[in-house]
Amino acid sequence: MKTHTPQGRRGPAQAGQLLSFVRKEFYHVLRDRKTLLILFGMPVVQVLLFGFVLSNEVKDTRIVVVDQAKDEASRQLIDKIDASRYFTVVRDQVPPSRITDAFRSGDIKAALVIPSGFERKLVREGSNTVQILTDATDINLSNTIESYLRAIISDYAREARFTGPMPYAIVPEMRMLYNPELRGAPNFVPGVMAMVLMLVCVMMTAVAIVKEKELGTMEVLLVSPMKPALVILAKAIPYLLLSVINLLAILALSVTVLDLPIRGSLPLLLGESTLFITTCLTLGILISIVTESQQAAMFASLIGMLLPTVILSGFMFPIEDMPVALQVLANVVPSKWYYTIVKDVMIKGAGFSAIWRETAVLLGMTLFLFVLCLRKFKIRLA
Amino acid sequence: MSTTGTTYAIQAEGLTKRFGAFIAVNAISFQVGQGEIFGFLGANGAGKTTAMRMLCGLSRPSAGQARVAGFDVRTQTEDIKRNIGYMSQKFSLYEDLTVTENIDFFAGIYGLPKERIRRQRDELIGKLGLGKEADKLVGGLPLGWKQKLAFSVAVFHGPRIVFLDEPTGGVDPVTRRQFWDLIYEATGQGITVFVTTHYLDEAEYCDRVSIMVDGRIAALDTPAALKEQFSTDSMDAVFYQLARGARRGDA
Repeated sequence: MKTHTPQGRRGPAQAGQLLSFVRKEFYHVLRDRKTLLILFGMPVVQVLLFGFVLSNEVKDTRIVVVDQAKDEASRQLIDKIDASRYFTVVRDQVPPSRITDAFRSGDIKAALVIPSGFERKLVREGSNTVQILTDATDINLSNTIESYLRAIISDYAREARFTGPMPYAIVPEMRMLYNPELRGAPNFVPGVMAMVLMLVCVMMTAVAIVKEKELGTMEVLLVSPMKPALVILAKAIPYLLLSVINLLAILALSVTVLDLPIRGSLPLLLGESTLFITTCLTLGILISIVTESQQAAMFASLIGMLLPTVILSGFMFPIEDMPVALQVLANVVPSKWYYTIVKDVMIKGAGFSAIWRETAVLLGMTLFLFVLCLRKFKIRLA
Repeated sequence: MSTTGTTYAIQAEGLTKRFGAFIAVNAISFQVGQGEIFGFLGANGAGKTTAMRMLCGLSRPSAGQARVAGFDVRTQTEDIKRNIGYMSQKFSLYEDLTVTENIDFFAGIYGLPKERIRRQRDELIGKLGLGKEADKLVGGLPLGWKQKLAFSVAVFHGPRIVFLDEPTGGVDPVTRRQFWDLIYEATGQGITVFVTTHYLDEAEYCDRVSIMVDGRIAALDTPAALKEQFSTDSMDAVFYQLARGARRGDA
């Protein structure tokens, strides 16, 4: 591009332009109370909702114990379960044949069957087996009940003192009713992170840029000496900052409130997140270039990004169980790769060597989208 | 600044814009002198906005030449942008920003120094009588005030030419008249004004008027000369006689 201005004035002038623009963009965001509420309220509510409220349901779960042994050991075990704040043992005698009915009517969420001769076998052989039945129509609940019961039972096995060989081992034998293959409960924090970043970066950025087109202010901006690319960049910067704040808030919440530690390296996690944010921003900008109205931009973001994120990222539904066509399609959804990265780094504590492939894919997607943006933008200006 | 031997603010020669088979602007030629108020009239769809976008460097001509402030619209759009102001048909200020913030923002993207922005901004607010409203959101101002403010912001950086795309839509004749007082004041400072409008009383305020029909300039002269040429005493009648032959409807 050819210009006749003396060089040297351009650098600082552009920095000044950018600063004016970013300041103005913050006025927009900070004065739009509703958007602000959604922006910061949503991640907090989602994290609390997914984590706290749901896991609390396990408090005082009604459990039926079919005690076929009725000896000292079985009584001790039942008392221990009843004493925990997670379970309330239904004392009424329920014949084994009626358990299925109790499950069906929703009266109980779990049942424990202690075989006859429980103590005798435990003392003689040092181990025994009990049966746990859970209502696996609710996967999360079923999983949680199982792990709590396991913990209580193995606790008991460690503490129990009878004559004979020690320690005792009681092996809970699981049977998941109604959903025997029991898919893994979604690890929601990485999912919430992907979803929130997607919403903020793609939708809000796209809508914010298209809004200028609708208001007619984009024309005024394009007639100004500010470079079009700089206009777009300036629009994206505030959302980048907001996304980072949101990301830190989600991480802080999951560590403090949900006791979900970050096992891997925090800088690695933040670095990968920044990469994903860049991918999303580029996508948001692309949508804003090809759409002309806020509704269209919002629609494109929701259909194009949010829906695939929820359905195809592996967050709600495991990808391995999907038809092959959907499995292939899932590969073009950026959040699928980010979700894997976050799960690996945050939950499994993996290092970069485990996620370099995902990182490369995200990087490639970003570059591709960026080139596409530049091309579409030039066409629009011609 | 080198104007390569021309004294015209705007000079167009066979300027043409095609969109596929459709010729939006068909080889128009005209000159606008420095400090002139040039009215650009035409029915909707006549090609006014497209012509104006080419002159502002927003759209590349398919054929022909044009120079704005002495710069070529094909190759020197950056220089053109630095030397023009623009006020759009749609409202061009941010409603959720205050009067002061709007001025600061637009002055900022033109790269004006802070000191100058502050001094000139206070002057402007005083002149427009917006002292009490300076820190209020623009959204709450009456439309007439918004338009006056938008115009003042468009010429804030001291452009040589200001392009106004139907600047006075939706306001009463009295407010329109006040708006034109601002335009006269700007031309008094040597700013050239290029204005599109469909209010024919506004056409009377222009030094010269061009009327576009179907992408071509059908007539171009002073309002008085045009009225004489079409032997009538109102611009309304001139416009009607010309626009009657238009093939492109008010779609």
